[in-house]
Amino acid sequence: MGIYNWLVYVWGKMPILLEGALLTVQLTAIAVGFGFIIGIFAGMGRISKNRLIKSISVIYIDFIRGTPLLVQILIVYMGLPQIIGRPIPAMVAAIVSLSINSGAYVAEIVRSGIQSIDKGQTEAARSLGMTHSQTMIHIILPQAVRRIIPPLGNEFIAMLKDSSLVSVIALEELMRKAQLIYTRDYRPFDILIAASIIYLIMTLSISKLVRFSERRLRTSDK
Amino acid sequence: MTNDVVIQTVDLKKNFGTLEVLKGISLTITKQEVVCIIGPSGSGKSTFLRCLNLLEKPTSGSVIIEGTDITSKHCDIDLVRTNMGMVFQNFNLFPHMSVLDNITLAPIKVKGVTKTEAEDIAINLLGKVGLKEKAKSYPGELSGGQKQRVAIARALAMQPKLMLFDEPTSALDPEMIGEVLDVMKSLAYEGMTMIVVSHEMGFAKEVSDRVLFMDEGLVLEDDTPNNVFNNPQNPRTKSFLSKVL
Repeated sequence: MGIYNWLVYVWGKMPILLEGALLTVQLTAIAVGFGFIIGIFAGMGRISKNRLIKSISVIYIDFIRGTPLLVQILIVYMGLPQIIGRPIPAMVAAIVSLSINSGAYVAEIVRSGIQSIDKGQTEAARSLGMTHSQTMIHIILPQAVRRIIPPLGNEFIAMLKDSSLVSVIALEELMRKAQLIYTRDYRPFDILIAASIIYLIMTLSISKLVRFSERRLRTSDK
Repeated sequence: MTNDVVIQTVDLKKNFGTLEVLKGISLTITKQEVVCIIGPSGSGKSTFLRCLNLLEKPTSGSVIIEGTDITSKHCDIDLVRTNMGMVFQNFNLFPHMSVLDNITLAPIKVKGVTKTEAEDIAINLLGKVGLKEKAKSYPGELSGGQKQRVAIARALAMQPKLMLFDEPTSALDPEMIGEVLDVMKSLAYEGMTMIVVSHEMGFAKEVSDRVLFMDEGLVLEDDTPNNVFNNPQNPRTKSFLSKVL
């Protein structure tokens, strides 16, 4: 009886929850997308010989990875408006804070990916007269990207879960939708279990996808 | 005569931390010379070779390539390197590219050669090293000997004036050493200036004009292969040769 009851109730709320889930996926994809671009540069900066670039990258990475995402979201949403003198829309604040956060984690993935490429590759390229940046672009990054796809998939999964934190700035993604429903219906257990299952389905499908692309890359990279 | 000098090193020294790997090497290598460097491991042979194209930065002294002091701050090392090919012990082919792309990449990106022209050169060189049919293969599909021959073709595609070989056969199975040495031999007979760090005494005897024996960061012997192998002057050369021959 309980399960049937739950199914009927949750089924009725499904359109709202799925609407939230769609925003969750969109937010995550945008954040990891921007995060990837930021991460490539920050990751290369982290191992740069230029002291200034290196320091900026290290400070950025350490600051973001060493402070809670919740604090970062609130700094952008509540803190920045105090400085610039006008409000920041929740959507913009969410994308900015999640992207900056993701960028720091991607940077570490990129750094370890670059450093995992054998030094001989750089030496061979440089001995042919290629510049440092030509070597990066044509030799190191293409090989590093193949290696960082699995950890990047994990980062996507982590970001998908962490994006639930933007519910605190009233952005109506999956978690916020769930909260809105249970504060009205007083059935938090039912709705939170439903939300968990939706999160679980999303994360499991992504890890499936990552494993599939990993296998594809391995066969094309004999 | 001075126009024929390709490489000159002056009191070249290299330290790794407190370890002195090269203790002052001064020598001159002229055009079309084939020089083999032999010696026990840890004697600084490879380090010396890697200093010649600045893969290793010398601690002091200078390296002059065709009149350009490459240890000077104002030297465009990338430009100098286009004139000197290097072949590594571990091949260092680019695994994400086909054999053809491995060979054409640098001519296209560094020299600005057109794709068709670069491919013509590459196919030609692959023919020379006996691997024309492997143009579309990936490095992972080749044997060690084939990889090293592709690596030689890749270096030659830049049409260098001299070639550096860093233990080119040390990572190969015995039955594949011959095919690589054959390619190197024909290169030597064509008049390429070559510096070869090698444990292949047969190659050193047969092909080289000069043999250098290095030990503990110094060149102890610098003479014709005949003199070095049959009439070594330094006791350490004698004891080394008695172990390897």
